[in-house]
Amino acid sequence: MPVSNAISFYNGQAIDTKQVPVLDVGTFRSSVIDAAASGMRIAALFAAPLGNSRLRLFAVLADDSAGTLGVLSADVGERYPSVAVDCTQAHWFEREIAEQWSIVPEGHPWLKPVRFHPPYRGGRRQDEPITPSVMDFFKVAGEQVHEVAVGPVHAGIIEPGHFRFQCHGEQVLNLEISLGYQHRGVERASVGGPNKRTVHYVQTLAGDTTVGHTTAYCQLIESFSGRNVTPRAQVLRAIALELERLANHTGDLGALAGDVGYLPTSSFCGRIRGDFLNMTALICGNRFGRGLIVPGGVGFDVTDRHCESLAERIAQGLKDVTVAANLLWSTPSVLSRFEDTGRVPIQTCRELGLVGVPARASGVEMDCRFNFPTGMYRFAQVPVSTWNTGDVFGRAYVRWLEIQRSVAFIRDQLASMPDGPITTQAKPLSPNRFSVSLVEGWRGEICHVALTGPDGGLMHHKIVDPSFHNWMGLAMALRDQQISDFPLCNKSFNLSYCGHDL
Amino acid sequence: MIKPLWARLQQGHRTVAFPKGEPVLPERFRGRPQVELSKCLADCTRCADACPTEAMRKADGALTIDLGRCLFCGACAEACPTEAIEFTRDYRLAGRSRDDLVVHDRAVKLAEALDQKARRLFGRSLKLRQVCAGGCNACEADTNVLTTVVFDLGRFGIQFVASPRHADGLFVTGPVPANMKLALEKTYAAVPDPKLVIATGACAISGGCYRDHPEVCNGVEGILPVDLYIPGCPPHPITILDGLLRLLDRLG
Ligand code: SF4
Repeated sequence: MPVSNAISFYNGQAIDTKQVPVLDVGTFRSSVIDAAASGMRIAALFAAPLGNSRLRLFAVLADDSAGTLGVLSADVGERYPSVAVDCTQAHWFEREIAEQWSIVPEGHPWLKPVRFHPPYRGGRRQDEPITPSVMDFFKVAGEQVHEVAVGPVHAGIIEPGHFRFQCHGEQVLNLEISLGYQHRGVERASVGGPNKRTVHYVQTLAGDTTVGHTTAYCQLIESFSGRNVTPRAQVLRAIALELERLANHTGDLGALAGDVGYLPTSSFCGRIRGDFLNMTALICGNRFGRGLIVPGGVGFDVTDRHCESLAERIAQGLKDVTVAANLLWSTPSVLSRFEDTGRVPIQTCRELGLVGVPARASGVEMDCRFNFPTGMYRFAQVPVSTWNTGDVFGRAYVRWLEIQRSVAFIRDQLASMPDGPITTQAKPLSPNRFSVSLVEGWRGEICHVALTGPDGGLMHHKIVDPSFHNWMGLAMALRDQQISDFPLCNKSFNLSYCGHDL
Repeated sequence: MIKPLWARLQQGHRTVAFPKGEPVLPERFRGRPQVELSKCLADCTRCADACPTEAMRKADGALTIDLGRCLFCGACAEACPTEAIEFTRDYRLAGRSRDDLVVHDRAVKLAEALDQKARRLFGRSLKLRQVCAGGCNACEADTNVLTTVVFDLGRFGIQFVASPRHADGLFVTGPVPANMKLALEKTYAAVPDPKLVIATGACAISGGCYRDHPEVCNGVEGILPVDLYIPGCPPHPITILDGLLRLLDRLG
């Protein structure tokens, strides 16, 4: 069903910014709420400046079943009635808008900073000291209630973030997650680009998702310039995206095994993950795919010898990871820790707008490769892998299903590699355009939105990492769980801090 | 019980031969860049113009590459009309001082070992606390793999520990966002003396591609005294391991 008052378009299609309907805030608000109530997801909700200090709200709505996107907008002043009051999906987005632009979504139930940075305009003084995580945390009162604070520095080689638990004994009543320690100012710095740093920003938005974010960004830029990507380059991009998924999913299965003390799978997967990373390095010299995805195509071509070697290695990789994963499913002590731990019901997933593995593990059938296919995925479909338990087991098992399907996809692609060049001639970006690019990264839906200015440069760049949707899912998964299960639940989501903090 | 044992047999022995044997690196690996000055055209600055982080400089006819800023993206080599710049497959990049990271010519100054006293303390057992301060999780991931069976860091007596109080030093990644500065300083203060600091990746050394963003501190420089720099974006695990082993004089 098309969103009323919105213009409908496709993933990776640029439209004239003038075509984006500008509504009054009230109609904008009710249109977003109605769309969400009818099953649509908010892929992005943000404010962008439109010269002379005017601010415009944009909502990008994803219709998963129709495979179309809708966008609508409204000009706002200093305050507007919060969307989140009647549409939970909007809550984190509106906190972000309030923090970036010092405007107030009135009635927002939970208005706090998400990254702790000086606003882009107005509000507090620019030189006021930043105090990350200094805010009113949700508190549970009671004689036997206690609070546990963890982070920003965690006990491991992981990114920083702060977790605040309200507990009754071992039982977690509430977990509140406070991030922003990784904020590097990517969106701000991207404005006015693209320049020679832009591609490095997107490659390192989340360094474990280099291929995913860079593909999303390149699709966006290509939509502005009308630059085609050759079939060969599309195949190589898709292979790289699936290799990234394989490496990370395998690493996650190992990490989950490690967290329940099951060392065989933990140590096997630690190694096999590296084998997948090395396959990416075979193509481009870098384990994370740096330099591989470039606007207009890919930076490295492969020879027949490379393809043969990849096919061999991928077969061996599948064999190894099958042995490691099957140990998990056949070990009762592992299953008893995975099953029924950190359950997120499908209804909660929908309300919060969760994406990717956690959503599919709860039974939500949604995968950009299937619902909003671009590039090679328009011709070669990857079935959506779902489970219905929504617990740690479900999230682990969906990864295992996806591993098998990614391997099958890569094998098919290697067997029918199209010939031809890997890049096309650069073209200038068209001025005054609006475009959205979605890519199913290994964590879930990656969304890049941009508007070009009168000179064709990026006037605004909005990045939504899947983690931006999903951190709240982790908080919900912890409700009524034992605090000792936090590491396990956390690994089962394995969200990005820098992808969120930007 | 029989299944895990069978699986164990199938997975085999996987630890790399390095440092006794040569490491296996990808064919297209971009390691230490090398400049052939005789090929460099007098008034050309295309490489420096292409560099996203100003790692490449040309002054008085001499080309220099600051490995502490280099992202190893190869943009300079691609821009050069005379192929004067080449990214070799040399994975040894670590240095003990910031100046040692600046490549002028073919002379390579690799990291020297700690002095004897420090080696007596840390040479056989070095416990490090890793602090990610704005790292994108690539430096972190390729540090983490050192603890897998592939690299088996434990065989050198090096271990990443959970508490700074148990550590002999910090291993820092990321450009140090303003939001992480205090946490980094506090973690450093919690490490007992004498302590080491290892800055890993372009971000931690110089801010990387985030250099001069008001949101970051351009790495650890000026915040903590650094004992070892490991360049790369991210450095290959072998580059990190090589740096650590050089510091401890364990390569001999
Ligand atoms: S140096 Fe590169 S890989 Fe390392 S944290 Fe910075 S951006 Fe990521």
